[in-house]
Amino acid sequence: MSTVPANSSALTDLHRLGRAKSVTARRWRERMIVGALTAAATFSIFITASILIILAKETYTFFQFDQVDLGDFFGSLEWNPKLGAEQHFGIWPLISGTMLITAIAAVFALPIGLITAVYLSEYAGPRVRAVLKPTLEVLAGIPTVVYGFFALMVITPALQTLNPLIEGFGTPDAPVAFGGYNALSAGLAVGIMILPIVCSLSEDALRAVPRSLRDGAFALGGTRFDVSVKVVVPAALSGIVAAFLLAISRAIGETMIVALAAGMVARLTVNPTAEVQTMTGYIAYTFKGDAPAGTVEYQSSYAVAATLFCITFLLTMLGQYILRRFREEYD
Amino acid sequence: MPVPRSASSRIFVNRAFLWACLVATNLAVVALALLLISIFAKGWGDLNWDFLTSFASRKPESAGIKAPLWGSVWVCGVCAAIALPLGVGTAIYLEEFARRTRFTRFVQTNILNLAGVPSIVYGILGLTAFARMFGVFGTGSNASIRLGNPEGFFHLTLPFGTSVLAGGLTLMLVVLPIVIISTQEALRAVPPSLRAGAQALGATPWQTVWGITLPAAVPGIMTGAILAISRAIGESAPLLVAGAALLLFSTPNNLMSDYTVLPLQIYNWAERYGSSFQDLAASAIIVQLVVLLAFNGIAVLIRQKLQKPLQ
Repeated sequence: MSTVPANSSALTDLHRLGRAKSVTARRWRERMIVGALTAAATFSIFITASILIILAKETYTFFQFDQVDLGDFFGSLEWNPKLGAEQHFGIWPLISGTMLITAIAAVFALPIGLITAVYLSEYAGPRVRAVLKPTLEVLAGIPTVVYGFFALMVITPALQTLNPLIEGFGTPDAPVAFGGYNALSAGLAVGIMILPIVCSLSEDALRAVPRSLRDGAFALGGTRFDVSVKVVVPAALSGIVAAFLLAISRAIGETMIVALAAGMVARLTVNPTAEVQTMTGYIAYTFKGDAPAGTVEYQSSYAVAATLFCITFLLTMLGQYILRRFREEYD
Repeated sequence: MPVPRSASSRIFVNRAFLWACLVATNLAVVALALLLISIFAKGWGDLNWDFLTSFASRKPESAGIKAPLWGSVWVCGVCAAIALPLGVGTAIYLEEFARRTRFTRFVQTNILNLAGVPSIVYGILGLTAFARMFGVFGTGSNASIRLGNPEGFFHLTLPFGTSVLAGGLTLMLVVLPIVIISTQEALRAVPPSLRAGAQALGATPWQTVWGITLPAAVPGIMTGAILAISRAIGESAPLLVAGAALLLFSTPNNLMSDYTVLPLQIYNWAERYGSSFQDLAASAIIVQLVVLLAFNGIAVLIRQKLQKPLQ
């Protein structure tokens, strides 16, 4: 350092910036930093590997129990893990509960979310956007337990006022009336929860469609409806479908809403007024109850979690495939 | 080919669709308004200073949220302290250093997949890997390795058990993909000309990142980080599985303390059907929403104040 002339400010500045004294030292430092960054990136693979290993190992342990059998797991239509009573571990009631709630949420949120996205991207002026975008952002930021509370305290009582109108459709065996816990209430709350996801991702896809397409359609005499629905939406279809799949996968994985509002009875039904249990609801219920580790009831939630993981994983992969394979490139 | 329709019918369809748009769009606004009104109507009355500074109780009128409030601070602090460096590091590696190899593509796909994993599955991972540590160190209440003084700050047990550290690590798993993806987007938004300029002056790759790219991307990274942390504040399902207490009468004093968090307290109270505890849940929700609103406000401020156009 002493060889650097004191009056050469540019040189001293360079040394200060570089800090490391020699090229070798600097190269070493560089290498160590890149190594640390690589390790950070590898950590994400480590997480995935741990999930897979833990789920596989514990699910295997579950199937070692005498009362459990792989054929039963996918073949039996009864899920009754309670100790003492005759146990049955057929996954279908939990899957049907999940699918019922997801279907209600999707029927509510997908069309409304898409129409809102079309409106935001193709119709709305800056004033409407200034109200609507923050509203959706606030909805997206609300914790799901709050939606669960909303379902339990507001949606369910509102639905129960409909009971006198619909009770006539039920039979003594299969009553049609909203109880304190029901699938429709939870499904609607999940729908409100995924609405901002559908909307903002679809809007991104719609906005990525180049303006020239719209101009062309307008020049051919299309109304705004023709341009939006017949030109822009088809052009953005891969992005919209990917948004739908992501939202559905979020609905399937949602826990707190269904734990609060859907109920705790695993049953195979399509009746939206009935109490149902989802896969996530069962997992939360088991671990909350602090079932002792190693019991069949405890292990069963690992098998349910493995099933849940597989379903959401396939949906995510499908979404990515659609985005890659069917992307319309305009330039 | 569709049959050509008359101009008047097309104009009618156009107008009808506009109305459908307005109805659908307003549903979101109505849903939010209903949600906020119902919660404030139930919860505003019980909200006072005592509610924030007293512990849970069997009597609704004297119950408060001191334990979950401090628990949330500790757990989210641990989560942020680990998730932010790890996530930003991963994003820097992927955007600035990694060549487009199969390994990089695999890591990228993997991160997108992790973002889609249900949070309760992370709870199971946290329970098995952090709280129980696969059972190799004995059970949580009878940990085989204990270091330090349980009353002091420096205290460590293996396995972590139902501790703040286990909870924070579990939340870290949930928000890590969010941090990575938002940081990647922020780095991608930095114009390549800045990097080229730094490299032309002889900066090494790391000097370019540390001196040029990262400072330019800070607003975007901060916005993403705040959104990730507000996600952590509201997340409860993974902690329910990973062993947070549902009822607690103490605040954490080290990383091995038991904890509960605000959303779980809300869940616990909301579950008690037809009691005045449900009104307390609404009060706790108001506190939660105010905290989240403050966080999002900071994010918006950062976005507006710091984001200078680069080019």
